[in-house]
Amino acid sequence: MNIWLLSWRMLRRDWRTREWRVLLIALVLAVGSIATVGLFADRVSLALQQEATSLLGADLRLVSSRPFSSAYRVEALQRGLRVVETISFPSMVVYGHKNVLVEIQAVEEGYPLRGNIEIVEGVTQHPAQGIPIRGTAWADSRLLQRMELHVGDKIGVGELQMQIAARVVRDVDQSVGFASFAPRVLINAADLQATGLILPGSRASYKILLAGDPAQVSGFRDWLQGRLNTGEKIEDVRDARPEIRAALERAEHFLGLAALTSVVLAGVAMALAASLFVRRHLDICAMMRCLGATQAQVLRLFINQLLLLGMVAVLLGGLLGYVAQFMLVNSIESMRDAALPQPGLLPLWQAAASGMALLLGFAFLPLWQLKNVSPLRVIRRELGMPPARTGMVYLTGTAVLGALFLWQAGSVKLGLTVFAGLVAGMLFFGLLAWFFLHAMARVHLRWNHVFLNLARYARINALQIVALSLGGMALLLLTFVRSDLLESWRGRMKPDTPNRFVTQIQPDQRIAVKDFFAMWQLSEPRLFPVIRGRLISINHHPVSGANYAEPRARALVEREFNLSWSDHMPVHNTLIRGEWWGRGDSSVLSLEEGMAKTLGIRIGDVLTYDVEGVSLQATVTNLRKVQWDSMQVNFFVITSRDVLGDFSASYISSFYLPPDKKDAGDALIKNFPNLLLIDMDTVIEQVRQVIDQIARTMTAVFLFTLLSGLVVLYSAILATQDERVYQAAILRTLGASRRYLLRFYLIEFAVLGGLSGFFAAAGSVLLGWVLAVNVLDIPYHTHALIWLAGVGGGIVTATLAGWLATRHVAYTPPLQVLQSV
Amino acid sequence: MAFILQAIDLGKQVESGGQPLVILNNISFSVETGDSLAILGASGSGKSTLLGLLAGLDVPSNGTVYLDGVDIFSFDEDGRARIRGRLAGFVFQSFQLLPALTALENVMLPLELHGLADARERATAALQRVGLEARLGHLPRHLSGGEQQRVAIARAFVVRPKILFADEPTGNLDAVTGGQVIDLMQELNSAQGTTLILVTHDKSLAQKCGRQLHLSNGRLVS
Repeated sequence: MNIWLLSWRMLRRDWRTREWRVLLIALVLAVGSIATVGLFADRVSLALQQEATSLLGADLRLVSSRPFSSAYRVEALQRGLRVVETISFPSMVVYGHKNVLVEIQAVEEGYPLRGNIEIVEGVTQHPAQGIPIRGTAWADSRLLQRMELHVGDKIGVGELQMQIAARVVRDVDQSVGFASFAPRVLINAADLQATGLILPGSRASYKILLAGDPAQVSGFRDWLQGRLNTGEKIEDVRDARPEIRAALERAEHFLGLAALTSVVLAGVAMALAASLFVRRHLDICAMMRCLGATQAQVLRLFINQLLLLGMVAVLLGGLLGYVAQFMLVNSIESMRDAALPQPGLLPLWQAAASGMALLLGFAFLPLWQLKNVSPLRVIRRELGMPPARTGMVYLTGTAVLGALFLWQAGSVKLGLTVFAGLVAGMLFFGLLAWFFLHAMARVHLRWNHVFLNLARYARINALQIVALSLGGMALLLLTFVRSDLLESWRGRMKPDTPNRFVTQIQPDQRIAVKDFFAMWQLSEPRLFPVIRGRLISINHHPVSGANYAEPRARALVEREFNLSWSDHMPVHNTLIRGEWWGRGDSSVLSLEEGMAKTLGIRIGDVLTYDVEGVSLQATVTNLRKVQWDSMQVNFFVITSRDVLGDFSASYISSFYLPPDKKDAGDALIKNFPNLLLIDMDTVIEQVRQVIDQIARTMTAVFLFTLLSGLVVLYSAILATQDERVYQAAILRTLGASRRYLLRFYLIEFAVLGGLSGFFAAAGSVLLGWVLAVNVLDIPYHTHALIWLAGVGGGIVTATLAGWLATRHVAYTPPLQVLQSV
Repeated sequence: MAFILQAIDLGKQVESGGQPLVILNNISFSVETGDSLAILGASGSGKSTLLGLLAGLDVPSNGTVYLDGVDIFSFDEDGRARIRGRLAGFVFQSFQLLPALTALENVMLPLELHGLADARERATAALQRVGLEARLGHLPRHLSGGEQQRVAIARAFVVRPKILFADEPTGNLDAVTGGQVIDLMQELNSAQGTTLILVTHDKSLAQKCGRQLHLSNGRLVS
């Protein structure tokens, strides 16, 4: 006998049974959610890989926050390499009354050495031949839109007026569009001097781009080893955009774990459906054994069906994942514009393997029971299920889920923590729901028998509540709580909280800037000196990024930071340890507590900073708590005057610009073109947009969770359906109308849905509160709408799903039911 | 004449409340090929247990059964399943049709288990013989009790079994339909030369068989 063919035929016929469909849908959702995240991350990662060379614009790139020694260029040219240098820095551009913060990129002829810049000069898009000619600039469409500019218009860049000669459609090192906030303006490096924008305190990034044949590049790379100064970094295609790569990896792990919540629910639905499948297939097994099938044949028949079902589900799930990630990418503007490459097949294989593992983990053992069905059951119906191994089923299922969590988390600790947290949370809410259902049954309400019925199946009903509330909670958190938190944060700010930062004020501009503020009747700004410096040793032990595992710690020692000096502690800071210095103290510094914790620095430690090539030492005498979102000027490190006072500094300030004095901002930039004026409203708006994009991705992932929750609801309804049908037949025989029965069921599902929604709302409010109080340090005001949406949404969803699943119960003729028993 | 079925000292006892409970007590009889035998008895007399042992669906406490000359209890359950597949057909009181399968698919099932390529044609012919050619694509729940039992009979005869075991085949049917079903079984029985073993408590049905055995409290009384 061709057992595969027979299995396929039986599967096709069994498709009419709902439990197979539940298995299929649950598996499709599980595979779909894993595939969505995998494919989505793969596309972004491929974009980074494929465009790595063009992201660099070269084969090799040297990066520093200070100008390079000319020796590098000379050596590279002697070795036959092509070389261009670029400088990029933030600045304001002015058009009419408007000014916008942009990133200026000044480039030399020959840029880029690899890849192309796509521009539009007239109507058609084409690769740029060369760089902007002197006196002109190329701007990207974000700038043109924001300032309502057109090609041909003139903008103010520092002290120069430059004509926009082209619109940049795609620049090298910017092709993955979500990477940067500010619009970019490309200018000719020969114009840089005339703009007057590179001044002490400017945050410029200097780059040397190199290209040549691989041996030349590699030879030059070797030559550079040991010659690089502190803060100078080599980048090649392997380490292009490491920060994006690291962020992407973290996002992938996070989204992967989020996707697994739907996988957990899918597993539960599959276990329920498989157990029901076994119950409903006892007769067929007994009959087949009667007709001569051996135990092995029966088992193979069902295992084959399971595998075939798995293959169909994996195909459909993969397709669903592909469509979902496609829609997701298209819903995020910057990604749509970046024209991400098509994903590879690996994420699909991984999703397929996870799906099959899940199927075997949750459905294999129940089916294994079928081989032990006695053929005698054909004449003695009372012979029921072979001994169930429910514990074993959940154990194998849990093992499979645990393995999936470890894989998605990328670390044992994180994977186990999240998995254990999820299981513990589900058990807690499950127990709570169980108690709730029993408590409600004790209260004598009008429809008390509905509550009694709910309490009778309390275990499975609690499971449904947990499953539904998990998806609901995630969605409420991403919609209502997210906006509540943002509102609470904004609401906390006083009306005159600073909304503008002004930086790069030169020492000789201080008086003029203060006069300007006075002229516009703005309160006098407090100017803080800023000196750029890098931490190079702690207690005389040199530090580098390699000493720290944590990305934040690495960034703190690898990059240059704004340092400041002061005689007094900033009024918005709180001293939490140590003492502020007095007049007699020298060579001391104050550290922000978070930085001290991240780098493991304590009071009394001696820190050495490199400032403009000079090593400076100071002892940590106190730690400060800084409220970073206060919109005040804040520093990680403040030293006593003697440490930094003699270095050339630029100055920074923050101030409140009332809406009716907006012109003052524009006038400030016109008068002082080298200043950077940062509009915090715009920054907050940009942050909000990024949060929106992240939230959209998360919502897509958690929609799978909600759908899986509904599948659990449906499979649980199926699990109790035989009893429901019988109960309905008895009730109808005793005179109950269809309307009565339908109302009975609908109230039952409404209660289940309402409770699920209540738990979802309570869970999301609780999480929101924890986030607000412990992480964001803001008071949290919940919106009544969240309860309404949670409970209302739960009632509507569960009632609708329940009605769809049970409507035929009330319509089955009682005789048919009673005769079949 | 050769015996298709021989029961030798067949006994079954189970534990009930810590006490041994005898269900069948040393039953011995033989059935010749092509014969028809009715096993009669009141509820609880042990008829169904006897049928289960004769078909090798259950294991006896003592004694054995020879089916077509083979001691079926010298085989394990899988071995007995193969013997059943080769020799036996079954008709039950509760029809035992698979609810997800159509009438035609139900009849095709044993043929497919035997790996026959022309299962569809044979099953269609079998359903035509029981007068259900218009009901091929119907699911069991859309058929009347009599029709369902006719599908079960078609399923039993489609593999041309040497012996047919029928457990109260009319128990869920009215008298007229029950009579029609028994007539159909007799007709197929004689057409294919199949031996019929019928368990019933209905004397009128039993009289349609060539031989009757009466069972009372687990013992043969005649």
